[in-house]
Amino acid sequence: MRRSAGARRRGPAVAVWVIAAVALGLLVLPLLGILLSAPWPQLPALLVAPETVQALGLSVLTGVISTALCLVLGIPLAVVLARSVSWPVVPRRLLRAAVTIPLVLPPVVGGLALLLLLGRNGVLGRYLALLGVTVPFTTGAVVIAQTFVAMPFLVFAVEGALRGADRRVELAAASLGASPWQVFRTVTVPLVAPGIAAGAVLCFARALGEFGATITFAGSYPGVTRTLPIASYLASQTDLDQSIALALVLLVVSVAVLLGLRDRWLPGVRG
Amino acid sequence: MARPAVGRRLVALAATGCVLALAACSAPRAAAPNPTGAADRVHGVVTVLAAASLTEVFGGLAARFEKLHPDVTITESFGGSSALAAQVVQGAPADLLATADQATMKTVTDAGLADGAPIVFATNTLTLVVPPSNPARVTTIADLAKPGVKVALCDPTVPCGSAALRLLAAEKLTVTPVTLEMDVKAVLTKVELDEVDAGLVYLTDAQAAGDKVKRLAVPGAADVVNRYPVAVLAGSTNKTAARAFERFILSTTGLGALTAAGFGAP
Repeated sequence: MRRSAGARRRGPAVAVWVIAAVALGLLVLPLLGILLSAPWPQLPALLVAPETVQALGLSVLTGVISTALCLVLGIPLAVVLARSVSWPVVPRRLLRAAVTIPLVLPPVVGGLALLLLLGRNGVLGRYLALLGVTVPFTTGAVVIAQTFVAMPFLVFAVEGALRGADRRVELAAASLGASPWQVFRTVTVPLVAPGIAAGAVLCFARALGEFGATITFAGSYPGVTRTLPIASYLASQTDLDQSIALALVLLVVSVAVLLGLRDRWLPGVRG
Repeated sequence: MARPAVGRRLVALAATGCVLALAACSAPRAAAPNPTGAADRVHGVVTVLAAASLTEVFGGLAARFEKLHPDVTITESFGGSSALAAQVVQGAPADLLATADQATMKTVTDAGLADGAPIVFATNTLTLVVPPSNPARVTTIADLAKPGVKVALCDPTVPCGSAALRLLAAEKLTVTPVTLEMDVKAVLTKVELDEVDAGLVYLTDAQAAGDKVKRLAVPGAADVVNRYPVAVLAGSTNKTAARAFERFILSTTGLGALTAAGFGAP
């Protein structure tokens, strides 16, 4: 007891600082590598190259749509997840596991799973094909792949906010005669707005970086399905400068998005 | 109580690391003299980077080579030739590189990373493949230009893609594919899954896929030939064994296996 009290007064041990520095280096130094090896003189030309502009445009468009989809679908899911604490163990854990799956599944596997579900011979896809709808190799497929991988970021951010929110406000609204939908729309959602914003930003950043599920499910065709990460990977095989330029664009957009987040919006930080 | 347990685990981990390091260092020296003569005294690990289209043949050849030379372990990595060449240029530790065309190999030789001139060991041509049910009723390569026919090709930056472009140009066809894949196996997979109506792949890949795809002859395909070069890499740490495997590929056994898989003679 005495030692832990002392530790609290002194702050983390030196070893903790050292290991934390190593961890931070592992996260940050590779990015420094991109900055140091970037072809700065040629960069302006590479950045306005048609392939770059096209891939960036596609990435931003699909990222925005995916984020919107995550918001529409994810907020209700987060509400259900937050309320599931009162459920029996088995369904509660199953629900949580289902929401977590895209976080732990290799995206390529997710893409293959989507192909087997929505491909024209897929479990659902074959019926869509009868209606004349084909999903793979379309921009829509990119959006679905991104929504799949990004959804958990939104759900967990919103769920965290909901758990921290004061439920009595909702109960008060209900007691004043608001319908459950009115409570959700006019009380619950505004109450957790910072959590929603944080989730949306993380969701967008994840969607922007999506690679594995996209290439497997949507393929790679310029202007239709070839997003910035895919264009960057493809370029890395033949033209490293072009690849680094594309990577740099991704990096700048992602960092800008994350810096735009205020501290209190990040999951796990309250203040 | 937790600390001693963690400590023990760390010691065990460290010990494992030492054993692995020792094994890695002492393996070459520990290799027993081979009774069959000096030429066979090869040992250690050979890392082979090879074009995706070589997956089946090289897999088989590596197993046979390891049987002949029990002290050698061959580790193979297959992928798009351009990606592999880029890995070598970026300093990937490998001993032998086999690409699906000479242009890709040239990026490695130009960078001074090949040990000696690459040797062409096989040729390959393209063929048209469709899913067994042939949903778009494709019969000739000209059908690829029809609207509504979903076509998968390799990206033009990889050898099978540049070959596909040359073939389509020779046939005077304008094709808008739905996807440009990063290696030939990815094209084949899309056809096998019946997610596209047709694809252009190497004859050898079509052959390896068996009845999972239906092959359609393309008369002009014989004129678009990819030549496969192999080279020992300058950065190889086991050139003796790498050369031995290269010779094995070029031997009658190796060339026989390549021919059986549908490759053309060099």
